[in-house]
This record gives sequence, structure tokens and C-alpha cells, in this order.
Amino acid sequence: MIEVNHATKTFDDGKTVLKDVSTIFETGKTNLIIGQSGSGKTVLMKSVVGIFRINSGEILYDGRNITLMKRKELNMLRREIGMLFQGSALFDSMSVLENVKFPLDMFTEKDEKEKTERALFCLNRVGLDEVVNHAPSQISGGQQKRAAIARAIVMNPKYLFCDEPNSGLDPKTSLVIDKLIQDITHEFNITTIINTHDMNSVMEIGENIVFISNGVKAWQGTKDEIFDTDCEPLEKFIFASNLYKEIKKAHNFFHDKDSTKQK
Amino acid sequence: MIAIKEIEKVGAYTQLMYRVFAKPDKWSMFFRQYKEELKKQGIESLAIVVIISIFIGAVITIQMIKNMENPLLPNTLIGLATRDILLLEFSSAILCLILAGKVGSNISSEIGTMRITEQIDALDIMGVNSANFLILPKITAFVTIMPFLVLTSMFVGIIGGYGVAVFTDMITVKAYESGIQYSFTPYYITYSIIKSVIFAFIITSVSAFYGYTVSEKGGALEVGKASTDAVVNSSVLILLFDIMLTKLLL
Ligand SMILES: Nc1ncnc2c1ncn2[C@@H]1O[C@H](COP(=O)(O)OP(=O)(O)OP(=O)(O)O)[C@@H](O)[C@H]1O
Ligand SMILES: [Mg+2]
Repeated sequence: MIEVNHATKTFDDGKTVLKDVSTIFETGKTNLIIGQSGSGKTVLMKSVVGIFRINSGEILYDGRNITLMKRKELNMLRREIGMLFQGSALFDSMSVLENVKFPLDMFTEKDEKEKTERALFCLNRVGLDEVVNHAPSQISGGQQKRAAIARAIVMNPKYLFCDEPNSGLDPKTSLVIDKLIQDITHEFNITTIINTHDMNSVMEIGENIVFISNGVKAWQGTKDEIFDTDCEPLEKFIFASNLYKEIKKAHNFFHDKDSTKQK
Repeated sequence: MIAIKEIEKVGAYTQLMYRVFAKPDKWSMFFRQYKEELKKQGIESLAIVVIISIFIGAVITIQMIKNMENPLLPNTLIGLATRDILLLEFSSAILCLILAGKVGSNISSEIGTMRITEQIDALDIMGVNSANFLILPKITAFVTIMPFLVLTSMFVGIIGGYGVAVFTDMITVKAYESGIQYSFTPYYITYSIIKSVIFAFIITSVSAFYGYTVSEKGGALEVGKASTDAVVNSSVLILLFDIMLTKLLL
């Protein structure tokens, strides 16, 4: 479980991007941070992992306050963290397999064979058996994302962060990646936090949803509650596409029927 | 205002170097990177060093011949002048200015690109000291390979002059040979190597600094600017240190 208490982040240029954000990300669930482009999702995520230092407030990883940690302690904690970046961030001087093996090379004393086996296992888990020896530049965007997921989970992290895992991907591949992350989360009971502005993902895997608007946490709930919201910016966000207006109509229709039945 | 900015930069540079010169997270990984860098910065610079030195050696010799057409000047001076220019200045300072262009822009654009594509964040998030992991192997590799590049340049430059003696009748081989042996001061080589090692440190650390501090939102534009800044600033620093070290060492 990760607790964020009253986090505020102002950049050097004077811009306050996070304003007094408090929330809880639960273990064993896919926690989603949603919001418009530029609302501060990436900044929130990078603040939670400590790439950005927040100006005030605290962030607790199962009770461990990272805002008070020295670099050494932070580095130890980070070995429990896996992260998928918005642009994949694979090392382009290494092959896909070497990328996934990298954390093992860096932090374990396993022998070469064990490391390769573990890396291949993770690559197999994300369905990338065929391209393990390719360079990151030689594989597609979706494959890069999956390779980055494999790298993020290779050390068996307790906390998994995914920044826009399916931006720029077709709906089918997006779904595959969403499901993959959700499965991994349940399988290993990890605390997963996902940034997205994709309503499809929200409806698929939104077990705990935090809505950020302009750097403020404006709403929190599950995918089943999201259509009943009366938070105005959230409504605007959801119903930006006509599809969801229709879905809401249908949702209300069945909802009303249910309540008439009960009477 | 500009002065304050520059002082801030020196501060940031010092802080970065403090992180760079830490114990590597894992020595085996350090040596792996170190070997890569030796190849990339060193071996791949060899060709340009050889080509430039051979031509400059030949050109200096020809120019010396033209300048010393006066029959009162002994033509041993030609070989001697060629040798001393190479040993004292060309094979260290000028060579490093040239390499600042090649190696410096390479380092800053590589690290800058890693910054904007979040690869540095990815290292940090794994708990790796990214500054140490990326920059230390580059600095140590270039500093260790530099004396060899300098010696190669000296040797090849003198060969270049030799070529003039062999292939033209502007100077006899005998005169050139006696010239390059005349009142030889081995200390010049030491002096050149000391200088060049310091220049190698300047090139790699300054370029790495400009690359590492590219802002994440900067994009290709800032990477390009970082690489220009890296080359310009390391060149200016090389010139400044060249004067100071010459005063100190000669
Ligand atoms: N390093 C930084 N320095 C200054 N401002 C920043 C920095 N990073 C982000 N910002 C600002 O913070 C705001 C929020 O950015 P952020 O990247 O968190 O948006 P986002 O919600 O992730 O958007 P997207 O969905 O497009 O990725 C933006 O206005 C951005 O300009
Ligand atoms: Mg973002």
C-alpha cells in the first residue's frame, strides 16, 4: 500500500503542478491515475517514486516515508520498484534480452545461466519470445512496451508503476497490455499504479481510480462508481467521447430498471 | 547575471562530479562499460588521430623548409622545429581540441538523448547511481587511452615529416633525421602527456555534464544545444588550462 499525504510539487520555474494531493494506492489492485493530458499524472507518479522531490507532504510505502530517505535508503527501496515509462525507456545500446537482464546484472549475484533463464521467463510472460535478440529500435512500439514491462517485473517488484502503458497503441494491443498488467498484479499481489487517459483501460482494469484535474485530486472510486459521479471535470473527461454518453444512457437504463424491480 | 549563471553551473558541475566519483554499484558492470568506452572513445579515435597527425607533420615540415630557406640557418633546425611543435603543442593541445569535437559531442548527445528518452530516469528508478554508471567509465576510459593517442600522434606526425624528406627533394633524409634527434628533451613528452590527461578529463566531464543536465522536456533541440555547448566550453577550458599548465610545467 502506498499512501500519499498532502503532496505538493512546485517546479523551479514557479509552476505548481501538484496541489495538496492525498490518496491511497492499494496492494493487489490496479490503481489508476486518470486525467487530461497535462493534468499532472506523470508528475504525480514521478513524485511518488521519488524522481521528483515533493515540496511538502509525505509519501509512505507500507509505512516507509520516502520523503525522509537519504539517497542510499531510497536506492534500496527502489530495488522493490519496477517502472514502465511513457516512452518505454529501453536502453538502446542493449538488445531486448540484455535490457531485461540488466537489473539482474546490476543487483544480483546469480550466474549467467540463471539470469538468462529469469529474463527469458519474463519475456515469455509478456509474449516476446521471438524478438529477444533484437535491438529496441528494431521492434514495434507495442513490443517495446512489453519489453519494458518484462524489465520492470524481472526483479519481482512489490510496487509496479506504469506511465501510459498503452498510449499510441491500437485498442487490441492496449487491451492485451492492460490485461497483462492486471494479471501480473493479481498473480504476485503487488501494488500497481497506472497512468492513463484512456477510458477503455479505465473500464477494463479500473479497480481503484484517482482522477487528477489541474494538479488536484478531484475524485476517487472504482470503475463501477465512475458513471454515477457528480464531479463536473470528471464528467467532462469521461463524456468527451460520444461512445461513453451512450454507455451512460444504457447504464442508467438498466440501473432504473433494477430500482423499479426492487420496489 | 551571466556571472551568477556561470557560477551556478560550476556548482552543479561539482555536485555532479561528486556523484560520478562514487564507488560503482557493481565493479563487473563498471568494467564492462569501461571496455566499451575504451573501444568507442579510444580505438575509434585512432584513425582520425593518425590521419590528422601524419598530414600536420608533413605540412609543418614543408612550412619550416619554406621559412628557413636562409642559407645561414642549418637545416637540422627543420626536423627539430617539426619535432618540438608536435611534442609540445600539436599532439596534446591541438589534438585535444580536435577530439573535443569528436568525443565531446558524442558523449553529450548520447547522454542528452538518454535523458530526454527517460533512460536516465529508468536507471535511477532501478536504484542505480546513473551519474556514476554512465559517466565514470567514459571519463576513466578516455583519460587512460589519451597518453596512447598522444604518443601515436607524435610518432605518426614525425613520420609525416619523414615522408616529405623521402618523397620530395626539399630536404634530405639525413638532415631531417639529424634534426629530429638534435637536442631532444624527453621531458617534453611527459609534459604533453600530463597536459593531455587533464584535457581528456575536461572533455569527458564537461560534455557529460552538458548531456546529463539536458531538461527532460527539452527534446532534440536541447540535445543539439548541449552538444554545441559541450564542444565550445571544453575547447575554451582546454585553451585556458593549456596556458596555465605551460606556465606551471615548462
Ligand atoms: N520537469 C518539469 N519542469 C517543469 N514543468 C514540468 C516538468 N514536468 C512536467 N511539467 C509540467 O507539469 C504539467 C503536468 O505535466 P505531466 O507530464 O504530469 O502531464 P500528464 O498528465 O502526464 O500529461 P500526458 O497525459 O500528456 O502525459 C505540465 O504543464 C508540464 O509542463
Ligand atoms: Mg504523462
